[in-house]
Amino acid sequence: MALPVSYNIRNLTVRRASNLLAALGIALVVMVMIWVLALGQGFRGALVGTGRPDRALLMRGGATSEVQSSVSREVADIVRVMPEILPGTDGRPLASPELVIIANLPKASDGSPANVSVRGVSQAVFEMRPELQLVTGRRFAPGTTEIMVGAPLGGRLRNCGVGQKLHFANQDWEIVGQFATGGSGFESEIWGDVETMIPAFERDGYQSMTVQLRSAADLAALETRIGADPRLNLKVQSELAYYEAQSSGFTSFIRGIGVVIAVLMSFGAMAGALNTMFAAVNARTREIGTLLALGFSRWSVLVAFVVESVLLSIAGGVLGCLLGFIVNGTSTGTTNWASFSELAFAFRVTPAIMGLGLLFAVVMGAIGGFLPAWRASRKRIAESLRAA
Amino acid sequence: MKYLRLVFSNMRRSKLRTTLTVLSTALALFLFSMLRTIVTSLDASVDVTDAARVVVRRSTSLIFPLPLSYFDRLRQMDGITAVTYMNWFGGVNPADERGWSSQFAVDASTFFEMYPEYLLTPEEVAAFQQERTSCIIGERLAKQYKWKVGDNVTYRGTIYPGDWTFTVRGIFRPKSPDVDTNVLYFQWKYLDERSERKGNVGVYIVRLADPNEAAATSAAVDQVFANSAFETRTETEKAFQLGFVTMMGNVKQGVRIISIFVLAGFMLVAINTMIMAARERIREIAVLKTLGFPDDLILKLVLAESTCIALLGGFAGCIGAKLVFKLMSFGGGVFANFIVKPQTLVIGLVIAALMGLVSGIVPAISAARLRVVDALRSA
Repeated sequence: MALPVSYNIRNLTVRRASNLLAALGIALVVMVMIWVLALGQGFRGALVGTGRPDRALLMRGGATSEVQSSVSREVADIVRVMPEILPGTDGRPLASPELVIIANLPKASDGSPANVSVRGVSQAVFEMRPELQLVTGRRFAPGTTEIMVGAPLGGRLRNCGVGQKLHFANQDWEIVGQFATGGSGFESEIWGDVETMIPAFERDGYQSMTVQLRSAADLAALETRIGADPRLNLKVQSELAYYEAQSSGFTSFIRGIGVVIAVLMSFGAMAGALNTMFAAVNARTREIGTLLALGFSRWSVLVAFVVESVLLSIAGGVLGCLLGFIVNGTSTGTTNWASFSELAFAFRVTPAIMGLGLLFAVVMGAIGGFLPAWRASRKRIAESLRAA
Repeated sequence: MKYLRLVFSNMRRSKLRTTLTVLSTALALFLFSMLRTIVTSLDASVDVTDAARVVVRRSTSLIFPLPLSYFDRLRQMDGITAVTYMNWFGGVNPADERGWSSQFAVDASTFFEMYPEYLLTPEEVAAFQQERTSCIIGERLAKQYKWKVGDNVTYRGTIYPGDWTFTVRGIFRPKSPDVDTNVLYFQWKYLDERSERKGNVGVYIVRLADPNEAAATSAAVDQVFANSAFETRTETEKAFQLGFVTMMGNVKQGVRIISIFVLAGFMLVAINTMIMAARERIREIAVLKTLGFPDDLILKLVLAESTCIALLGGFAGCIGAKLVFKLMSFGGGVFANFIVKPQTLVIGLVIAALMGLVSGIVPAISAARLRVVDALRSA
């Protein structure tokens, strides 16, 4: 016969100080783990959220990021008319040849230089990227030195308001709008007309080309068609795959650190749970003897003590999740080393991360509680009853 | 001191609990050492810079090149004693695509004179200078892939397309342990020969006659090239390196916050243990008091026990971290070399001792305040 859970809950309230400390220990482990994972998740979200499976990014063969790539005008014109590319409302293909340059612009905080991506795009981009929304102002007009800045940059850089001017590539660029793209990496960029930017940055062609496919399934067909054309040396990949590859290095680095810290800390928390449960088992020797004498099986005593430890850790885990959730939305920034530019993103605590934290707490509780529970279930009835 | 035996035998009485606490303190200090080493290796990459060196780069951004013609113009300027230049290559080892190392194309005739912290024999330098496709690699890189002098090594360029094969003509040793040796240097001329755009230099490194003149000379350099097609930004090597560190975002702050919570978490475990240890011994403490042990001695005994346990763990954790990261031997780029510094060990031990004292304080006070009659009657 199993012992009722209410027995465990009542027991937990008896040794309050010690249980509280053990639960707090578990809470801290879960909290730190959630923070680190949320950091990785936020970074990944900012990059991966940038890409979609039905948009393809074309770069020069061998290039691993847009910054290193180059696509000549001739190549762009050949690809533009390929049948896999969806036509826009005006009948022209939805293809945006782009230029990405890193500019040094002064930070709002101390004027020190920040590396910011400046992207030259074509007008097709507005139809291709419906996630783009203007926060204030308007779109840049083609053929001018007007630019739009990502809304988060507004607070991070100097002179980033609508109507102000930024100076780079030896000329002034007038800001006419601020835009948002739902938290993706484009928000850390400055956009202007690619045809104005090519001469301004002393380039003679584009760097990459993004095209809207008729469907995600057309990617393979486009790849085959481009591969078959001897004039083209282009790498075709879905935008999603590109940004996933860009984020994987940093994300796995952060996750690796998070896991190492969480696992090492969890040993401490387990030691705490172990200590607490051992003390509980020792103090309740007579009680355990009584339970066994009453006919409760050794198995149910074992289960009862493991359950008690797991309950304790769930309490800690829930507290840890709550504490961990505090960072959700906190914005931070780092450099996307693949493009060598700043990337603003926010900590993102997802339900999956919280679930993982809770699961981790349960595992800690179960492992930490098993040994004491085992000892409790092995007690000899006569001796336990005699114990003081 | 004569009570030390009592402290030790108390520690031995619940071996499992003491072991667990020592282990968890060891883990706490291991983590602390690891986290602090992230910060110190970031600092180290800045500390090894030379105050007499300034870096000249394109003002628009580091990824834009400067013309080769600036080499002679820089050499003729006042206050400048030597000039060299290099380009970031950014290649990957096709055999280990996830591995990390830096590669630079450098001017063979001037580069190693500029960087005396790379120890090479004159023969190695001469061999490097004579052969267009040769390279010099750092100790760590050599160890990482078991490369020897005379080996051909291949990198796939990400900025400069194609596979590039170099012959190792020397392996440099670092002058101080903080120098990054996960590096490969090859001839700039080889890079220029094979790339489409000729005469492009990434950065110039300039040695100043007087480090105190760094600001003035930097301004003078930028002045010379102002309003040209290739404007420059000149800054000390330290500022240049610091730029990379800050690009990572606020790592230091994050590491600091996590360290605090890691230590706090383990502190809770230690406090818990000591409370339990003292509670188990209520009657025994009462007996000691009856025998005439004064309150403050009881207090000290409990504190000594908790501090000993914590120090034991702290010692194990710090030394463990030192050994583990020595064996793993990784590093490179902004992290320079991931070496646990002696200061980190000292700080770790101090923290361990403090953790021990703090965890013992509550049970120690309650033990000291214990009323003999109550304690003997209870339990």
